[in-house]
Amino acid sequence: MILVKNPVIALAGNPNTGKSTIFNALTGLKQHTGNWPGKTVLKAEGKFNYKGTTYTLIDLPGTYSLLANSLDEQIARDFICFESPDVTIIVADATCLERNLNLVLQVMEITSNAIVCLNLIDEAKRKRLEVNVEGLSQELGIPVIATSARNGEGIPELLEILHDVVNGKIVPQPRQVVYSKYIEDYISKLQPQLDKRLYGRLNSRWVALRIMEGNPKIIEAIQQYLGHSIQLPTLKEVII
Amino acid sequence: MIKSSLPSKPKKILVDSDNSKAIEMRDAIVYNIYNTAEEIASKVVRKTESKDFSRKLDDILTSPLLGFPVMLLLLGVVFWITITGANYPSQVLATVLFWLEEQLSALALKAGAPAWLYGIIVEGMYRTLAWVVSVMLPPMAIFFPLFTLLENLGYLPRVAFNLDNLFKRAGTHGKQALTMSMGFGCNAAGVVACRIIDSPREKLIAILTNNFVPCNGRFPTLILLSSLFMGTITAGSYNSYSAAGMVVLMILIGITVTLIVSWLLSKTLLKGIPSSFTLELPPYRPPKTGEIIVRSLLDRTAFVLTRAIIVAAPTGFITWLCANIQIGDLSIIGHVSGFLDPFARAIGLDGVILMAFILGLPANEIVVPILIMSYLSAGAMLELDSLMAVKELFIEQHGWTALTALNTMLFSLLHFPCGTTLWTIAKETQSKKWAVLAFVIPTTIAIIVCFLVAQGARLLGIG
Amino acid sequence: MSEVKIIPLAQLPIRSWGKVHSLLAKDDSRRRLMDLGLVPGTRVEAIRRSPLGDPTAYSIRGATIALRKEEAQKVLVIPTER
Repeated sequence: MILVKNPVIALAGNPNTGKSTIFNALTGLKQHTGNWPGKTVLKAEGKFNYKGTTYTLIDLPGTYSLLANSLDEQIARDFICFESPDVTIIVADATCLERNLNLVLQVMEITSNAIVCLNLIDEAKRKRLEVNVEGLSQELGIPVIATSARNGEGIPELLEILHDVVNGKIVPQPRQVVYSKYIEDYISKLQPQLDKRLYGRLNSRWVALRIMEGNPKIIEAIQQYLGHSIQLPTLKEVII
Repeated sequence: MIKSSLPSKPKKILVDSDNSKAIEMRDAIVYNIYNTAEEIASKVVRKTESKDFSRKLDDILTSPLLGFPVMLLLLGVVFWITITGANYPSQVLATVLFWLEEQLSALALKAGAPAWLYGIIVEGMYRTLAWVVSVMLPPMAIFFPLFTLLENLGYLPRVAFNLDNLFKRAGTHGKQALTMSMGFGCNAAGVVACRIIDSPREKLIAILTNNFVPCNGRFPTLILLSSLFMGTITAGSYNSYSAAGMVVLMILIGITVTLIVSWLLSKTLLKGIPSSFTLELPPYRPPKTGEIIVRSLLDRTAFVLTRAIIVAAPTGFITWLCANIQIGDLSIIGHVSGFLDPFARAIGLDGVILMAFILGLPANEIVVPILIMSYLSAGAMLELDSLMAVKELFIEQHGWTALTALNTMLFSLLHFPCGTTLWTIAKETQSKKWAVLAFVIPTTIAIIVCFLVAQGARLLGIG
Repeated sequence: MSEVKIIPLAQLPIRSWGKVHSLLAKDDSRRRLMDLGLVPGTRVEAIRRSPLGDPTAYSIRGATIALRKEEAQKVLVIPTER
């Protein structure tokens, strides 16, 4: 087994999910804060060691989604898409899973190296909510670790799974959202066009969806990342 | 990585963002994702009907009847704990630090250090530092953890929820209540916190008015002066309840001024309609005490204290020079404060107080130390190890009245932000213009308010 | 069969439920509301109003979200039973 050197881990999640508690639990006092390049948004970065490997953990801004245009969302989206972290941990609030799954599903469309950290599991219990962690993992196709970061519960397990995913011992197979038939039809028309031009640099299904939505900011960012020598197909091209 | 071998000009990106088809698809995509989430959640989550504790608590904390009284009470309790709790450690620290000063003096005497060198280092730099540490550290070490506690409990979004309508009427964003809360800790931090407001117009308003909540650098000043003020009015001994009440009153004045200035800005310089506002009210959570203490001490207390210390030493140096260099028969301080005096008196202060505020531009926390040093250079030396000594110095030797204390508090509350905050504003807005305005607006207001109070009081024959 | 009543979310009485029918908001504002979970079919409960009458807190997909009246006007709901 070849160990990945200095893996970079992104920490995503909705606001108020205890994301920063997870961040603190993983990095301890080994963290420093600054700004995202060119932006006035706080960037927290930390390091930790596990089994002889030094991990860099990047705390992304807390967002509900990756598809809108707020600065926070742009930053989180751009990092997961274009900086290709080795693994993205999505912190989800066990007390309102459904809402949090929105972001989880969106991240899983971009990257397959994703882990769900189901935090606040103690609070869910207090609220008499029972989450079938194993079932959730099967539904999503990616590892799910229940944690109560406040009490340090689940952190060792999270580290172990993280280690396994980084080193390819576990290969997540994220479930993809199945869209309405007409959308899926467009995707299947756009995807081969994209595969020819992306060379695996971005997930073609995700890019196809963004082309269909036609959100100028996202398309611009994708185009900038790819370089202008690569031309994205337009929806019109495919429909006709 | 394979790159296209044909370099071509960047093409204009064609997007049909207004296309109804695109909007329809955008909606459908979000809808499909949420439906999938719902489907998965329904399979793996089992719910047993239970009481919602947060909702019960919100019935009290955001109720029409009790919401506001509880908010004021909590604020008052936090300050009362800070004021009373800081008293004792402050005295201990002062005793230790001034004992150390004596040792330093003895050492300097033995080494035969020249008087000016001794003056600069011990009387100038060390004494200012000692004052800043002994006065600032204890209240900060109590206030910041308490504040972080409220933050971690999830109470702050409720404050925003309670107050939002006022902000809406002032044409600003409800999250301004949150950035103001941060401002209690440090205005520079409050200005940075304004990033959470998405709309540029409302963000600017929040930045320009953040200074009207007294930061931690000004709390010791306000606390000290409200104790003095209450002392002169009640003629009794130091009363921590009324002092805490006075501080709360000052904060209410600050909030009122914030709303008025915000409203004025949104009607003139920063016209526009309030942008969309959504605020999550997360469930209340039992806080984790250890993390709160470590984080608030490390991130906030240490940060603010370090900054104060870095600024205090050189300012102590300059102040000492100003107090000890004679031009003609007066020190520089004497000349400057004499020059400022007529104007300062018109707004209910005196020349030395106004000068202390100006010299305190680098950091608000050193205003009182400068004031004391300047008064001392003009009068008799005395051991400044207690509040009573300060009281004696201000009231007996320099003729402070209740009005002087009140106006100094008002000026401290409303005047220009500290250098760090101004610099932060310039950086956050990426414009010097807004930083200049952030200086001019509060200063003008401080002068007007103090002038009105002073003249009004004199007309009524008080003070 | 009675007619289906559609009202803006802002007019949903406190402590009652509704089901999202459609959104009147456009562009970023629409997106933001949808990201909060306000998509057609979502059940919403009006929990309480602020002591000053506005905003109003709603329970949306397990979270409590406060919306100003202006925002809540842009969401159409069908009042439902609990």
